[in-house]
Amino acid sequence: MHDTTKKPVLQVKNLQTYFKTDDGIVKAVDGVSFDLYRGQTLGIVGESGCGKSVTNLSLMQLIPSPPGKIVGGEVIFKDKDILKMSDAEMRSIRGNSISMIFQDPMTSLNPFLRISTQMIETIVLHQGLSKAEAKRKSIDMLKLVGIPAPEKRVDDYPHQFSGGMRQRVMIGMALSCNADILIADEPTTALDVTIQAQILELIKDLAQQFETAVIMITHDLGVVAGMCDEVCVMYAGRLVEKADTDPLFHKPLHPYTQGLINSVPRMDRANEGKLFSIEGQPPNLIDLPDCCSFHPRCNKAMDICRKKYPQLTEVEKGRHVACWLYLDKEGAENE
Amino acid sequence: MSKKTPLLEVKDVKLHFPIEDGVLFKRKVGAIRAIDGISFTVEQGETLGIVGESGCGKSTTARAIAQLHPVTEGNIYFEGEDLTKMSTRKLLATRKNIQMVFQDPYASLNPRMTVRTIIAEPLNIYVKRGLLEMSQTEIENRVEELMETVGLSRFYKNRYPHEFSGGQRQRIGIARALALNPKIILADEPVSALDVSIQSQILNLLKDLQKEFGLTYVFIAHDLAVIEYISTRVAVMYLGKLVEVADSALLYKNPLHPYTQALLSAAPIPDPQIEKNRQRIILTGDVPSPDTERFGCYFYDRCPKKMDYCKTHIPPMTKMAEGHETACWLHIQHD
Repeated sequence: MHDTTKKPVLQVKNLQTYFKTDDGIVKAVDGVSFDLYRGQTLGIVGESGCGKSVTNLSLMQLIPSPPGKIVGGEVIFKDKDILKMSDAEMRSIRGNSISMIFQDPMTSLNPFLRISTQMIETIVLHQGLSKAEAKRKSIDMLKLVGIPAPEKRVDDYPHQFSGGMRQRVMIGMALSCNADILIADEPTTALDVTIQAQILELIKDLAQQFETAVIMITHDLGVVAGMCDEVCVMYAGRLVEKADTDPLFHKPLHPYTQGLINSVPRMDRANEGKLFSIEGQPPNLIDLPDCCSFHPRCNKAMDICRKKYPQLTEVEKGRHVACWLYLDKEGAENE
Repeated sequence: MSKKTPLLEVKDVKLHFPIEDGVLFKRKVGAIRAIDGISFTVEQGETLGIVGESGCGKSTTARAIAQLHPVTEGNIYFEGEDLTKMSTRKLLATRKNIQMVFQDPYASLNPRMTVRTIIAEPLNIYVKRGLLEMSQTEIENRVEELMETVGLSRFYKNRYPHEFSGGQRQRIGIARALALNPKIILADEPVSALDVSIQSQILNLLKDLQKEFGLTYVFIAHDLAVIEYISTRVAVMYLGKLVEVADSALLYKNPLHPYTQALLSAAPIPDPQIEKNRQRIILTGDVPSPDTERFGCYFYDRCPKKMDYCKTHIPPMTKMAEGHETACWLHIQHD
């Protein structure tokens, strides 16, 4: 568990990222805030299109612009607002103090370059080591992430590695510059369960060893349960619930979180009868009305849900939820 | 055997894809052993789940049953008749009873066809070949009826696939599979491309349809929780071989084969309490390439409980208890 009296390594405040399209403005991320502490693993869960990847691309300033634009908010890293940095400053952070691993390990490595070339490039650039030193360092990193015979494999091309191995290489690369923050965007979605277990174990071990803060983006609630200390649940570009992992799974507050947890078939208990399912589809992010975006699918929707957006509010210590069921309805209606 | 014939019987099936070399004069230099000797039966009204990692041959098995790939060796009996030896015309008539639902709802629907054309296509083909008698109005009514059955409004029938979401497209795919009133549906990862909330809708739909029409399913997935929810019996596949076939409840309570045990322990469970206290069996290494002929247990390279005997002897599928078979020397008497 993280210590909340400490200063967070990363503070995201009211981040807003919009995309301009021919049909209107897509509010992919609309007011997301969270704090990340040293050694903490924060999970961001949600369905496709809920804005979890865009949130993290925004942190790294990797949003293609146009059409995308970060229109508001602050991202404080080491007392500086990342969003106001110049490209050069950003480059010195990206891949250095904040690293990222992606979903598809095949497309995130350059197929034309040897693993050594790709690893040395990062290390030389950010750590100022000589090429020979950098090569030694990359061999060490490969050993650390469990590649057999790293002295030989370092000169291989990406296609000579299997999916799981490539993801290991990516993790080795991401951590080669002693990153403070590792952003893992669906790191195991493309992998088989037995390989997934290997990779998750590796991320867990390394994060503990180096006290790296990890942001884990995933749609798999099982992965979240096993990896994360704190979880943010996203729906339609907004955080709907934020809590420590245990209480979140034990007593989910937001109807969406409840639905999400209940609709996953469980192999550890007998599945009798029907699976719970959330009716309907996630909304289109263009021209979302200013009310709870989950209300058309919610089984507890009330009048106020159709009128006003519930702000993310702390209802218990460390538990934030954006739902009128737990908020002061009268006050809001009289406003 | 005096028992009544099972609906589907797969007997000693091998399916090898040749690896060819040479430009003009192709010569065979090897083979990918996608399926390497599997046997199982499927009874009327049950759901057989096939589970395994990518490349283990589960999709090829479904395609072999539907005769989309000719088998290299072995027989596939449908209601006692051998599909592999049928004439094209006879096969076409029999295959009316065997329909498929595919994984990718984006790739398996022709983007230039309207929903009506897509669902009516199998009907039209059989009418054209003289294997079915239906007038155009009857086909039209049947399409509308099918759309309602799978939970789509009939007013959508003139729309194109791109106008639908992933879950709705999968419903169109299911309606198409139901069009000819099949006896068995081969569902190849029908929910793995869908979000959890949509996944549970489709799983519930498949279960309802089974009850309503007395369908038999062969359900392929890599997600063990999904398999346990939908299946009455489960077959675990590894490298083109079956390693364990058992009633669903037996398999999840008492997995016998080390691979099944590893697979079950690697699958994440969405409960932080359970995740913290679980003992994981983490397999080392990757699935080996299926291009070599093996003379020992196929799982030997990665097995945590391997013995010398396993290296040189292929374990036969052996009955351990009522409704529980496995192929592992740990459980089979040997010298």
